Amino acid sequence: MKPFNLFPYDSNIDFMRMRWVSLTVALLLMVVALGAMGARGFNFSLDFTGGVGVELRYAKAPDVDKVREQLEAANFNGAQVQNFGAGNDLLVRLQADGKQEGGADKASSIGDAVAKAASLAGNPAEKRSSSVISAQVGKDLALKGIYAVLFVIIGFLGYISLRFEKKFAVAAIITTMHDVLICVGWFALSGHEFDLNVLAGILSVMGFSINDTIVVFDRVRENFRGMRADPVTILNKSVNQTLSRTVITSFVAFLSMLSLYIYGGDSLRGMAEAMIIGIIIGTLSSIFVACPLLTMGLLKVSKQDLLPKARDEEALARRP
Amino acid sequence: MLEYSRWKYLVILLVLVLSVFYAIPNAFPQDPAVQVTANRGAKVDAAMQQRVEAALKKASVPFKSSAIEKDGNLMLRTADDDAQSRAAEVMRAELGGGYVVALNQASTLPGWMQALGAKSMSLGLDLRGGVYFLMQVDREAALAKRFEATAEDTRVLLRDNQIRYTSVEPASGNSVVASLSPGQDISKVRPLLARDMPTYQINSTDDSITIRIPDAELEKMLTDAVQQNIGTLSNRINELGVAEPIIQRQGADRIAVQLPGVQDTAQAKRILGATATLEYRGVIEGNAIEARDTGNVPPEARIYYRKELGPDGKPLPILLNKRIITSGEQLQSASSFFDSQSGTPAVSVRLNSIGGQRMFEYSSAHVGKSMAVVYIERVPEVRIVDGKEVRSNRTSEQVISVATIQSTLGKDFQTTGLESMKEGADLALLLRAGALAAPMDFVDERTIGPSLGKENIERGLTAVAFSFIFALLFFLVYYRMFGLITCLALLINLLMVFALMSLLGATMSLPGLAGIALTVGMSVDANVLINERIREELRMGLPPQKAIAEGYDRASGTILDANVTAFLAGLAMAAFGTGPLRGFGITTMLGIATSAYTAVSVSRGIATLIYGGRKKLKSVAI
Repeated sequence: MKPFNLFPYDSNIDFMRMRWVSLTVALLLMVVALGAMGARGFNFSLDFTGGVGVELRYAKAPDVDKVREQLEAANFNGAQVQNFGAGNDLLVRLQADGKQEGGADKASSIGDAVAKAASLAGNPAEKRSSSVISAQVGKDLALKGIYAVLFVIIGFLGYISLRFEKKFAVAAIITTMHDVLICVGWFALSGHEFDLNVLAGILSVMGFSINDTIVVFDRVRENFRGMRADPVTILNKSVNQTLSRTVITSFVAFLSMLSLYIYGGDSLRGMAEAMIIGIIIGTLSSIFVACPLLTMGLLKVSKQDLLPKARDEEALARRP
Repeated sequence: MLEYSRWKYLVILLVLVLSVFYAIPNAFPQDPAVQVTANRGAKVDAAMQQRVEAALKKASVPFKSSAIEKDGNLMLRTADDDAQSRAAEVMRAELGGGYVVALNQASTLPGWMQALGAKSMSLGLDLRGGVYFLMQVDREAALAKRFEATAEDTRVLLRDNQIRYTSVEPASGNSVVASLSPGQDISKVRPLLARDMPTYQINSTDDSITIRIPDAELEKMLTDAVQQNIGTLSNRINELGVAEPIIQRQGADRIAVQLPGVQDTAQAKRILGATATLEYRGVIEGNAIEARDTGNVPPEARIYYRKELGPDGKPLPILLNKRIITSGEQLQSASSFFDSQSGTPAVSVRLNSIGGQRMFEYSSAHVGKSMAVVYIERVPEVRIVDGKEVRSNRTSEQVISVATIQSTLGKDFQTTGLESMKEGADLALLLRAGALAAPMDFVDERTIGPSLGKENIERGLTAVAFSFIFALLFFLVYYRMFGLITCLALLINLLMVFALMSLLGATMSLPGLAGIALTVGMSVDANVLINERIREELRMGLPPQKAIAEGYDRASGTILDANVTAFLAGLAMAAFGTGPLRGFGITTMLGIATSAYTAVSVSRGIATLIYGGRKKLKSVAI
């Protein structure tokens, strides 16, 4: 019985031939991402910016989706509506401009406006309280983020250098950072809301991306040890050999994130979006960025790099 | 040809049994329950239980059962959320201020399973609802308090040494400036200050002295203050009777408090925001009961009440001096220990220098007399009057300890003659936890309804279920027999993640559920690597059994490398993140570890079971 196959055996696409093109595209994408971040910034959520919280009470249990629609229509963009307490109460949280200066008075007037906008036909909303709420994550997050990134870079560098080789480690880290950057850049470019869950999604893109790259590198290492061919051929061969695995894994991971995007509800949508983009970029980059990097300049690998023992023997043989 | 050692099967079996056992508690529904804990001076006992039951019957609120649990709290189980909130209302009205009535969830797990450490995952705020507070230490106020205390210490020091001064006030630049009266010898002051405040920088001019507190010391003071506040808050939250509260330090000066299952913000805020303090007062001899009944109180005394109840069932009155010896403001630390000299449990207290001085003066004049510790609590109350919030404070005073002064006391002294080690520990705790070390502000508060939690759980589970079904269907079609093996491995993996999360007491939140969906992806990867490798080996012409063994061996190395790196990314999230980031990181790490094990070991075991026994295997369905 012949196995059902997505890819023909012995696919032999010459990925390395287009390495200049693919690296240029990668670089351009990174420039666009950085540019978007610089020019447009992020649409940070309340988690980051703080805002105003308004408690509303209704005569009877309100339809939360309807309230959301009405607030949207009244220009309260990105308001978060949650029900709490006995079910007649809603908590509306929204970003408000100039919330720092206005203080309590401003919060109060915003609260009145929200109550007016959120009143449903035959079911008026009454403002119970409104207050200024501060950001959930402060400045310390930035510092922690830097620590986390340093930890990951040093960890990757250490482990991959140990198991593979320094050049592989550097190439893998560049690829991963490339993926993360593009993912983050997407949120700057699209203006989609950036909250803590999105951040978690982007950080896990890092895990996915490195995973994907390492699988390809693992085959590169194996082939370098077992094949007699020039590095470019070996890299091509390795990418082709792992291609079906790469595509299947990414496809299934994509499906699971898609289900999260569709069925996970509002709060997980941003996270799923980050991961979907990360999966696509991470898959492509392990083929089009990671391997080509291994043929370039200082990162150019040779058989010797992966055969440390053989090199020692050579050095020994040269001695008188 | 294709073999797998017996002990590995044993390990797999063991892992499987343990996973099922520890995952099961999540299938047991929890009863909505009302938990009653006693405040100081009140007791949870059978009489109170009967009172509650009678009140509930009278109000015709149904309940499943009520029992006094091992921890000494009353747990009343109800059938649904509606009955739960009605029961809590009735109980609050019946029991009054002596008890804390809190909503809770009671486990229905059999006792023997609980004894083996089985418990269900605790659900985070987003899944269960509850209150979230973020509190921030008021840096300025905390520092100002410290400068004022230093100024006061300096004043006392100068007075005691008969050095006249015009003013001692906190000044800018983290310092306190003391201006001496004309004609005072400033050179006498320096060594005095240097002795009492050795770590401070002291500069003097002709007629004034500047005492500078080093920045490092101020920072340390703030850090300690936040730490002590966390202790205070957790004590107070314990009084609320909340299950699994999360009290975390955030950054240098913030504390995040999460109270899952609590819906009553006002009550939570009241307890968290309460400020308490202590006073040491001398006991005036006389018949306090008579004084209370006749209103004939000695002029220097006031009637206070002890926490112990008298024969008439009311708190015992006691006459205390109107003048305070020293108060909690001057308290630096307190700890309980066993005093070998008196043979009774004791509490050791350390006061700052002013407090110590006053204590010395009072005690040296009153050896053999009694001294009382009064616990004073300012409880802010929030009421809604005519639709407006009215905030007020209620002050409660209670005598928590009366002891005899055995000898002259100073800065460090002990209160002996306590009844038990527990009482000693409680007193020390109260002394330490009574007051917030630094004032705190609420910077954020959120209430999340349980209904939202239900919706979230449903959505999260639907997402995980769909991602799972997608993966399983794909594998069954694509890899056939090995697809089936992969599916089994995935299911076992999911079971292991649930079991581990429950066992570790990790809090499950919405991002955690997303992490599980991602785990499915990771687990898929390992299995795909193996299956593709086997296909490759088959294509190279290896006999099926050899190809399977080879496929597993070769893929294992790759899986290890790929997973270790992904694991590092998860570790970074768990180590440096807070809130959702942390939960997500932990789930990812667990998922990666279990998926590597199930893919490499469990699926190989199953494959060997299916294909290993046959002598002449012609083809493999992969």
